[in-house]
Amino acid sequence: MTAGETFPHAPLLAIAGMALMTYGMRVGGFWLMGRVTLTGRARRMLEALPGSVVAAIVLPVMASSGPAAFLAVGAVVLSMFVRRNEFIALGLGLAVAIAVRAAGL
Amino acid sequence: MHSETARGAGAPYWSIAGLWLGMRYALPLLPGSAVFGAAFGTVAAQKGLSLTDAALMSAFVFAGASQLVAMEIWKDPLTFGTIATLALVTGVVNMRMLLMGASLRPWLGPLPAAQVYPVLLMNTDASWLISIRHRAEGGSDASVLLGSSIALWIIWVPVTMLGYVAGALIADPRRFGVDLILPMFFVAMLVPLWRGPRHAVPWAVAGFVALLVQALVPGYWFMIAGSLSGAIAGGFIDDRR
Repeated sequence: MTAGETFPHAPLLAIAGMALMTYGMRVGGFWLMGRVTLTGRARRMLEALPGSVVAAIVLPVMASSGPAAFLAVGAVVLSMFVRRNEFIALGLGLAVAIAVRAAGL
Repeated sequence: MHSETARGAGAPYWSIAGLWLGMRYALPLLPGSAVFGAAFGTVAAQKGLSLTDAALMSAFVFAGASQLVAMEIWKDPLTFGTIATLALVTGVVNMRMLLMGASLRPWLGPLPAAQVYPVLLMNTDASWLISIRHRAEGGSDASVLLGSSIALWIIWVPVTMLGYVAGALIADPRRFGVDLILPMFFVAMLVPLWRGPRHAVPWAVAGFVALLVQALVPGYWFMIAGSLSGAIAGGFIDDRR
């Protein structure tokens, strides 16, 4: 079969390939960590990971979303520090986002 | 759930209560997730996928960012080369899941593999973050991961189909701040993990590197580069609690 050829059930094959690749990523890190012993440094690296992943995903999204993103996320952080309730925080953030965008910023 | 950090949380276990707790934690994210899934469905329809293909992809891949990126590559009819590219790019976008799984090992490691691995197959950014937060607050109920994953999955497939059928479900999502729900939710989940500026240095490194890579390198490498840089920075900060 050449690279340019098409064949029946190609979409199903594509979805299967994407799914298997994703499953590998989902279990791979967990599996690997069971086979190596953690030193203090490796443990500290893992502890820093959750927040780092969030920062690495969120900051670029905010940077490309303009001032509304920064004001809305700022409101969420403030709200979470005052009262740990995601519903209130998200509601406040959305209100800020809608207001800022309605104001044309 | 309002308690402060309890270090050295106990051994992992499963419970029905944890299942419900996980679902409840996932509730605030469901509207944003629904819009995300509907957006994917709409794009999939434009790219010539059948409704069944779009639903199957949501059901089995269940990773929104990679599904949307795949739609950039998808060309009808599919060639073998395109299929290989789809798998490869999906792997790169979802590489961050390696890191998430690794961070779950110290907690879920003691559980039987036959129980943990099937649950890990359903893991998403949101359910992982919810579980990490549960752990940071002293919990050790592994069902929180399963419950939050199930809640997100149950919504994900039908909204994909809705988006596919309805075309654009919301005419202007930006106007209602819908595009900001995901970052707002993530940051809200980050606040309980705050242990003072010293432990936030890796987060700043991660964010800075991610911004830099985003500006310089096309694609989704910024997620991986930023996450790894933050973890490495964390490795060089001494323990002082």
